[in-house]
Amino acid sequence: MNLQVAMLLGQSGITSGAVYALLALAILLVFSVTRILLIPQGEFVSFAALTMAAMQEGRPVRLGWLLGALCLAAVAMDLIASVRARRRPAVSRPTLWLCAWAAAATALSMLLPLAALGHAVQALVTIALIVPLGPLLYRVCFQPVAAAHALVLLVISIAAHVALVGIALFIFGPEGARTEPFSDAVFTVGPALIQSQTLWVVAVSALLVGLLYVGFERHLYGKALRATAVDRLGAELVGISPDLAGRVSLAVAAFIGALSGVLIAPIITIYFDSGFIISLKGFVGALIGGLASYPLAALGALVVGQAESFATFWASAYKEVIVFTLLIPVLLWRSLARTGVEDEE
Amino acid sequence: MTTPLLLEVRGLSVAYGQVEAVSDVSIAVGAGEIVTVIGRNGAGKTTLLSAIMGILPSRGAVRFAGEAVAPFAIGERVGRGLCLVPEHRALFGSMTVADNLALGAFRHGADERRASQDEMFALFPRLAERRSQLAATLSGGERQMLALARALMGRPRLLMLDEPSLGLAPLIVRDVFRIVAELRERGVAILLVEQNARAALAVADRAYVLELGRVALEGPAAELARDPRVAASYLGIGGRHRDGPPDALNPTPRMSYTASEPPGAGPTATPRPGEDKRP
Repeated sequence: MNLQVAMLLGQSGITSGAVYALLALAILLVFSVTRILLIPQGEFVSFAALTMAAMQEGRPVRLGWLLGALCLAAVAMDLIASVRARRRPAVSRPTLWLCAWAAAATALSMLLPLAALGHAVQALVTIALIVPLGPLLYRVCFQPVAAAHALVLLVISIAAHVALVGIALFIFGPEGARTEPFSDAVFTVGPALIQSQTLWVVAVSALLVGLLYVGFERHLYGKALRATAVDRLGAELVGISPDLAGRVSLAVAAFIGALSGVLIAPIITIYFDSGFIISLKGFVGALIGGLASYPLAALGALVVGQAESFATFWASAYKEVIVFTLLIPVLLWRSLARTGVEDEE
Repeated sequence: MTTPLLLEVRGLSVAYGQVEAVSDVSIAVGAGEIVTVIGRNGAGKTTLLSAIMGILPSRGAVRFAGEAVAPFAIGERVGRGLCLVPEHRALFGSMTVADNLALGAFRHGADERRASQDEMFALFPRLAERRSQLAATLSGGERQMLALARALMGRPRLLMLDEPSLGLAPLIVRDVFRIVAELRERGVAILLVEQNARAALAVADRAYVLELGRVALEGPAAELARDPRVAASYLGIGGRHRDGPPDALNPTPRMSYTASEPPGAGPTATPRPGEDKRP
C-alpha cells in the first residue's frame, strides 16, 4: 500500500463513516428517548435511495401506497384508542397532520416531473416522503405498547424491519439502484484526489450534527426529548407526552435516515434489503459509544467506516466480519469497566 | 368546609396483583387548602398519589376541579393544574437548573415561561445562584427546592408533594415547610404526604391518617395533632396529651429520617426500594 492508496481508502472510509455516524446518532436518539432499538432505521436509508433512483429513472414513485396504508392504520388505531378510553371517537391532531403531510408529499411525487428537475428538488421530495414514515411507524407499531419491556419493543422492531424489507421488495423490485452524483468534480490536493461527493457527504453530515446539537441544547422540544431520555416519569410529570417524544424522535430518525440514503445512493448500489447492514454498522458505532454518549457514538461510527474501508483493501471477503469483530473487544472492555451502558431493566 | 372542592377522591382502590395497597380511600382537598396524609412506611401514601396522578391504574372516582380525570393521561392532568412532585424528585440530572425550570413550563408559551422563571428565582434565590449548574450536582435540599420550583413553573392549582422532607437535614426541612406554607398564600392548594407527621400537621389545615391502605382517622390537623392515638403512633409521644399544636418552625421529627446528607449525592438520589411498591 502506498500513500495514494491509503488516502483513497481513508477518503472512502470517511465518507461511509460520516453516514454511519448519522445513523448511529439516530439509533442512539431513538433508543434513549423510547428504549426502542430501531432496527428499521436502515429501511429509511434504502427507501430514500431507491425512491430517489426511481425519480431519476422516471419510474413512478410507489411509496405513497405504504404511506396511505400506514395513515389508515394510524387513523383506525386513534379511533379505537379513543373509544377504549370512553371518549368521543376522534383522530388525534398529530395523526391528522401526519396524514396531511403524507398526502401532500405523495401528491408532489406524482405530479412533479421529477426526472427533469434537479437533484435538490428530487432530494427534498424524497426526504418529504420518508420523514412521515417514522412517526407513522411509531404510532402504529410502538405507541400501543410504549410502556412494555425493552425486549418486547426490540421484537416489534425486528418484525417491523422484516415487514418493511418485504414491502421494499414489492415496491421497488429486486434490482439494485444507484443515483447520479450531485456533481462529478474531482479536486486534487497534494497527492490525493478528492471526489466532490465525499465533500458533500462530509459537509452535510457535519451540518446536520451541528443542527442536532443546537436543537438539543437550545430548543425547548430538543430539551424535552433529552429530558424524556433522562427521566421518563419526570418528563411526563411536567407534561411532556411520551407519545409526542416518541413521534418526534422517530421523525428525526427518519429524516436522518432519508438524508443518509440520499447522500450514499450515488456512492454504493442500494438494494431493497441493503438498509439493514448499513444501519447495523451505525449501530456498531453507537455501541462503541456505549449507547449513551453522542460524541462517542459518532466517533465509533467513523472508526467503523475506516475499518471497513481498509478491510476492503486487505481482506475484501472478510470486510463485514472484520467490522463486526470490532464489537468484541469493545463489549469485553465495556463489561469489564461497567460504565456508560444504561441498564434500566 | 367552606371552600369549593378542588380534588375529590371517592372509593379509590389500587391493587398490585392480589394485594390491595390502597382500598376504598376517599379524600378531598378544597381550593387553597393544605391537606396532609400521614402514615407509616408502606401505608399506601405514595400509591395513593400515583393513582390520583394517573401513573397507576385504579378503581374509584377521582374528580379534579369538578371534572372526572379518568380519561386523561398524566400530561393532560398536568395541563389542568394537577402536579406531583414524586418522592425521588425525578429531576433531569444531566441538565441545568434553568433547563429543568424551563421544562417545568413545557406546556406554556415562551413569555409566560420567562415570567414564571423570574418568579421562581425570586422565591428560591439559591436556585438563581445555581442556574447554570447541572441538577445532579445540587445538594439534597437544593434538589428539593428545584423539584418544587419545577412543579410550580407549570402553575398548578393543586400541588401534590410526596415526602418533601425525606432525607433532608432538619434545618432544610424547616425551609421546605416554610415554603409549603407560603404557597398557600399564593393560592396553590397542597396535598402533602409525609412521614414527618409533626411538621405536616403543623402546616396543614386538615389531615388524613392512612393505615394499611385505609383512612383510619381524618379531621382538622390541629385536632388530629392532639389526638392521643396520633400522638402515640406518629408523633412519638407515649400516650401523653400535648397542649396546643406542635411548633411548625421547630419540628423535631422522631419518626422520620433526618440524617444529615452529604453534599451532592444525598440519600435523596435513590428512592427507598420497597416502599409502597410491594407486589
